[in-house]
Amino acid sequence: MYPRPFHYHRATSLEEASALVSQLGQEAKLLAGGQSLIPLMKLRFANPAHLVDLNFIPGASYIRRQGEALCLGPLTRHAEIEHSPPASQIPIVHDCAAGIADVQVRNRGTIGGSLAEADPSGDWAAALLTLGTTVHCLGPSGRREIALADFIKDAYTTALEDGELISQISVPLPPANSGGAYLAFKRCAPVYASAAVAVQLSLDDGHCRDARIYLAAVGLTPVRASEAEAELRGHVINSEIMAAAAEAARAAADPQPDMRGSADFKRQLVLALTRNAIGIAARRARGEHVEGSHIYA
Amino acid sequence: MPEPEAVRITIKVNGQPRQLRVEPRTLLVEMIREALDLTGTHVGCDTTYCGACTVLLDGLPVKSCTVLAVQADGAEVMTVEGMAANGELHPIQQAFMEKHGLQCGYCTPGMQLAAYHLLAHNPRPTERDIRKAIAGNTCRCTGYQNIFRAIEHAAERMRR
Repeated sequence: MYPRPFHYHRATSLEEASALVSQLGQEAKLLAGGQSLIPLMKLRFANPAHLVDLNFIPGASYIRRQGEALCLGPLTRHAEIEHSPPASQIPIVHDCAAGIADVQVRNRGTIGGSLAEADPSGDWAAALLTLGTTVHCLGPSGRREIALADFIKDAYTTALEDGELISQISVPLPPANSGGAYLAFKRCAPVYASAAVAVQLSLDDGHCRDARIYLAAVGLTPVRASEAEAELRGHVINSEIMAAAAEAARAAADPQPDMRGSADFKRQLVLALTRNAIGIAARRARGEHVEGSHIYA
Repeated sequence: MPEPEAVRITIKVNGQPRQLRVEPRTLLVEMIREALDLTGTHVGCDTTYCGACTVLLDGLPVKSCTVLAVQADGAEVMTVEGMAANGELHPIQQAFMEKHGLQCGYCTPGMQLAAYHLLAHNPRPTERDIRKAIAGNTCRCTGYQNIFRAIEHAAERMRR
């Protein structure tokens, strides 16, 4: 299988890429890691007449601490994040990067491409939403910053305007005594999760001060499980509280039945994943080193 | 729409510098197999799933069915043909032979390159490291256990 013919443009800066897609119009697409776009083009679901390649732009891939935030370049590959010491200081970020697909896909796929694709089964959005992430954008009308919660509009739909692209992702560093976990249930490594749960919480004298819980792959966009968060807030995290939060997360999930399982099966996955993720997040918040790993069928 | 123009690329394949003109839609695996006649790299699922087409792009395993040839401009590519040196099989290949790490052989080049990358960075992989390193490679014969043993054996041999 190979894509329809297209004109290839190699951008040398993000500004140039934005100008190029603005000028070329609807027929143009940006190529980041290509791990979603190239398969779609091979299947002829996507047939751009022009492809603007971002991969040769110098300085578009970086991971650095800037004040109280971790800043990521849009072309930063999942594998670079997986192996980055500053990124690994936020365990939920490391979990997410290290669990995406397989080694090969993580070596190509980018965090900016993943967010801009807004695939309902994508991993990054749910994990980064728990941290209050901001997306920096650059387009024909200049630069702007959008809260990730406002950036994701719908399945495969973001707030990006024509000609606009992601220029940076800023992740606020979690406060002291915080912990997070991102857990997915997958049939095997290369596929998308059947369901996934992102939990980020902070403790205050043993009590949960704050919590954010987002579900992935069980709705058209990441689903915030607000009632599950409320079950945790102000409480000592014990097995009853974890069970109550997990039940609330299950109720918040809105999955579609598909080849990855029935809706009920996915809700049950959400329940179990939430309980496990809260447990890991709480232990990490207490300073324990806990390896998080996705669960495979 | 006018026909897209072919793009001139410079690439190093298994240590050999090559200059090629490729149509933008040419996939890296197609260029390797058709233009360079290196048919050791296999096309399996053609959907970024099975990893049979795995090659090393600037030292990193990628699925060459999901990279455009033009994206490899200026890069170094290593295929299974680049593993053996001076007529001697690479220790990973030797280990696959000794531990029966292949049955039909279709996934083998991809498996060996995934293993090559693992052992280049991690000479003492744990069981989990090995399983994670080949999680993107499907063996349709389901001969994973012997592949696993072959990689373990290769790691041992390469440490000597």
